[in-house]
Amino acid sequence: MKRSAYILKRLGWAIFTIVFVATLNFFLFRVLPGDPSKSGIRDPRLTAEIQAAIRTSFGLDKPLVINTQGNPFDSQFFIYMGNLARGNLGVSFNFKRPVAELLRERLANTVLLLTAGQLLAIVLGLALGVLAAWRRGTRADSGALVFGLVTWSLPTFFLGMILLIVGSSRFGLPVGGIRTAGKTFPTEAARLLDIGRHLILPTITLTIIYLGEYLLIMRSSLLEVLGEDYILTAKAKGLTHGRILRDHALKNAMLPVVTIIALTLGYTVAGAIQVETVFSWPGLGSAVFEAVGRRDYPMLQGAFLLLAVSVVLANLLADLLYTYLDPRVKAA
Amino acid sequence: MASIITQPAALPPAPARSGLRDLWRTLRRSPMGLAGLAMLSIVLGLAVFAPLAAPYDPYKPVRARIDTIYAAPSRAHPLGTDDGGKDVLSALIYGARVSLFVGFVAALITLVVGSAIGLVAGYYGGRVGGLLMRLTDVFLVIPDLPLYVVLVAILGPSIWNIILALGIFGWTGTTRLVYAQTLAVKERLFVTRARAIGAPSGYIIRRHIFPMVLPIILAQNALVISAAILAESALSFLGLGDPTLISWGAMLNLAFSRGAISVGAWWAILPPGLGIVWVVLSWTLLGHVIEEVVNPRLAEHHLMPERVKS
Repeated sequence: MKRSAYILKRLGWAIFTIVFVATLNFFLFRVLPGDPSKSGIRDPRLTAEIQAAIRTSFGLDKPLVINTQGNPFDSQFFIYMGNLARGNLGVSFNFKRPVAELLRERLANTVLLLTAGQLLAIVLGLALGVLAAWRRGTRADSGALVFGLVTWSLPTFFLGMILLIVGSSRFGLPVGGIRTAGKTFPTEAARLLDIGRHLILPTITLTIIYLGEYLLIMRSSLLEVLGEDYILTAKAKGLTHGRILRDHALKNAMLPVVTIIALTLGYTVAGAIQVETVFSWPGLGSAVFEAVGRRDYPMLQGAFLLLAVSVVLANLLADLLYTYLDPRVKAA
Repeated sequence: MASIITQPAALPPAPARSGLRDLWRTLRRSPMGLAGLAMLSIVLGLAVFAPLAAPYDPYKPVRARIDTIYAAPSRAHPLGTDDGGKDVLSALIYGARVSLFVGFVAALITLVVGSAIGLVAGYYGGRVGGLLMRLTDVFLVIPDLPLYVVLVAILGPSIWNIILALGIFGWTGTTRLVYAQTLAVKERLFVTRARAIGAPSGYIIRRHIFPMVLPIILAQNALVISAAILAESALSFLGLGDPTLISWGAMLNLAFSRGAISVGAWWAILPPGLGIVWVVLSWTLLGHVIEEVVNPRLAEHHLMPERVKS
């Protein structure tokens, strides 16, 4: 397939998925029993004026999906989609500020946290996975395997709590948040250093949790490739093991690994909710947690949508990366 | 969390009936499999005989006094007491019931839904199959924990709503695996023959395809159960657990939100956390061993150190 055609196809797919998620998000919050959009708007925390404003801007007195009297698109669903396209996610019950504004501040924090943890986990996980597969059946392999299975079985929040206790009592690391509250910093470097110190424990937690997963994926993908006949051929040609591994095996083993890592990105978001809750990290994950506790439905809805969309975009990115890795896509 | 250990690739199908027997034989011979079985049996025993094993009834209200809150382990309370002055050991034992129950029931729903969609999409293919798999792909990218959180927050935190959310939205991994496997099996000669002599599709799926796909469903089953238990514990930790039940996640939620960390009450944190790890690990070990049977290609390769080859 031509690369441009492939990219267009993936792009179309990503847009379709985002529309689907947005639709699901609309119906989850309106059709399910409890109907938070109706009961939620009568939230005592909101003044009558704000309630009226929400009712008009989201057309809550209009029909749900299709308006049979008059313009068919003059309904809650299409008004919601229109608002979404303009970046209007409603007003937080708790903060009485636009949800989009609140989430924007938190998105950057989550991206910072996840990038740090994921990069470390991917680099270390793939390296250990290659080692384990190459040394199949040795002690290094069993050790890596057991490590992978155990970390996969660890609940993220539990590991976070343990590291929080150990890190704060033994190593004097901060117990939570993104910066030391109420402290002023003489230089920009000092401020960044403070954020870095707050980043250490949550990053270690995320790294350990996802390291095992990537290790296992890399290991089994490489094992599969190393069993192929062309590896035997390469060996018969007299190539060194290191050369075969580098030039023949790894290139082919990386393809499924990239795909699966992209697919597991959705689960890293699950890790973000737990880690951010444990370490009071002001990101999207803790926004979800706080919104649940305070019955702040617009906030919950917005955070869920943003998380889902980020996963779709991360997947798209992996797809595009794929076009560089897979020669079958590259060659027209 | 489907595709972590078992890859969604078409695997060489194991022979039908001997597949299950092989599985059992390998399980018995593998140290990891035995460890998984043993660990699981212990928890299962404790869960079933919880009233006999637990020194106290954790569901009975106790009047907490200042000196019984977060009391350190003692003879009366081998694992100390929690934030309400209750015995941690008893809560730990009763908590196993919730974890195992949620894991089993959610996995059952997941497997039925996931296998059915995968079998139908794989066997019939065409437009219906394509549509089903596209739908699966969409659900695959929706991050699962946030979705569970939203569902349970709206439906209300009860154990059945948790199971419903996990079961209904956790099927995508199973579907992809079963689909890939069905595609591989349906081109095999005996299926073509059965079709040639006019066997109905339902019969072929039931008698020929399903038994061949079963081993991989079992491997997947173990992983689905462990993922469901992890998800339930995370939901409970986030405060969305069933408020009428004592679960390990809920114990950790209370310990976390009621200052166990600042008073250094490790006995309120370690036991429930290690309980989750224990159960999830036992299922993960079983799933891993089953996968090695289902996919024997992973056992050896051409660059292995010579001395470890069998």
